[in-house]
Amino acid sequence: MRVGVVALQGDVAEHADALRAAGAEVVLVRTPEALERVQALVIPGGESTTLGALMARCGLDQAVRRRVGEGMPVFGTCAGLILLAKRAAGGEPPLLGLMDVAVERNAYGRQRESFEDELYCPAVDPNPFRVAFIRAPVITWVGPGVEVLARHEGLPVLVRQGRLLGATFHPEITGHCGVHRYFCTQVAS
Amino acid sequence: MREVGTERVKRGLAQMLKGGVIMDVTTPEQARIAEDAGAVAVMALERVPADIRAEGGVARMADPARIKAIMAAVTIPVMAKVRIGHFVEAQVLEAIGVDFIDESEVLTPADEHHHIDKRRFRVPFVCGARDLGEALRRIGEGAAMIRTKGEAGTGNVVEAVRHVRQILDEIRRLQSLPEEELMAAARDLRAPYELVWEVRRLGRLPVVNFAAGGIATPADAALMMQLGCDGVFVGSGIFKSEDPARRARAIVDAVAHYDDPDAVARACEGLGEPMRGVDVRRLQPAELLQTRGV
Repeated sequence: MRVGVVALQGDVAEHADALRAAGAEVVLVRTPEALERVQALVIPGGESTTLGALMARCGLDQAVRRRVGEGMPVFGTCAGLILLAKRAAGGEPPLLGLMDVAVERNAYGRQRESFEDELYCPAVDPNPFRVAFIRAPVITWVGPGVEVLARHEGLPVLVRQGRLLGATFHPEITGHCGVHRYFCTQVAS
Repeated sequence: MREVGTERVKRGLAQMLKGGVIMDVTTPEQARIAEDAGAVAVMALERVPADIRAEGGVARMADPARIKAIMAAVTIPVMAKVRIGHFVEAQVLEAIGVDFIDESEVLTPADEHHHIDKRRFRVPFVCGARDLGEALRRIGEGAAMIRTKGEAGTGNVVEAVRHVRQILDEIRRLQSLPEEELMAAARDLRAPYELVWEVRRLGRLPVVNFAAGGIATPADAALMMQLGCDGVFVGSGIFKSEDPARRARAIVDAVAHYDDPDAVARACEGLGEPMRGVDVRRLQPAELLQTRGV
């Protein structure tokens, strides 16, 4: 499967590596034209304000909305999830507003409160795996059509709504490609 | 159980900043201009490097009240500088919740022999380097991110180019060496053997590497990206130019689309005067910031 990674800002190379490890072919997407060549899309971790502004400036926001309307699967991590959410507290309104979740930016605090932890998510991996929460958002509301795949300390951290997948954490910087494999084989297939 | 301040979490924030521009600001208003332009982070300062260079005297950590006002004004990460070796200034910045600390040669060094033991902190550090040995010594001390030193406050990109080329040349040289020559290479680089070994295996630094020191135009920023940097710091280049808001946005666009000459050309158009700048060859050795703390 050919999966795009929005490559305007953020940890693009880490997502590309995780997708390749999960068996996907990776295309870096910086323009609406490049988006036409992919079957699914990852919006990486980064700064949501920056990433949102850059996507809007080159028309990638409209192009993503149209492709999602036609059924394109999208996986957003951290900043990517904030851009996908219907509502986001603590800053700019979300760019895409496609997923029935509300998030609060930097809800765990500043960088000194960033952490890593084990996550247990049987849909993705029968064993617990390590992930990082970096200036992470918290999901404060999920709509009726949203399935919570994993929780951490009681809070939803991995959510799915049809062909949209969102994580508040970073599976891509701990060398675990299970969530990417789940996206490629379960969400996008 | 949550583990805070791990190497992965500290290096991870730098990874999230990749492909972005970090801008020096001295007021909450400037911080908002930077955020609106698309900066991934701001560096909160008392004075920009060009003014430190012009005014002289001892340059120190900024007033915590000023840094807190900037933190309150934006949602993007806020960085701040401490003097080389001044671990108490670093403790102060960690206590007020700064997201990243720059142990910087732009400020007057507090210790001529030792840098801060950065592993003791939960907050990540970025440090400047002119060559691979310097970069690996800083990583050995716990730096989670490296930037070129360049020559800050000059608006002249030549030193940043020299430093990134030097680091990349030395990495390529390591990759060409047989394993039994790595100990001698580590000795010559004055760098920890384990890190030399890791760099040879990875073909790059084990942490994110930004460009800094003299970047003044969108073309300068795209040049550093094409040379292989992960992102760009712009110090005096924005708020010492004629139209800071416009120039800030143009540099962000040029970094995001660094390999598309049409996009960089559009970013360069009609920005007004850049900062005046300094010919680095006319500086006296004592005026150079890059030779501090090697």
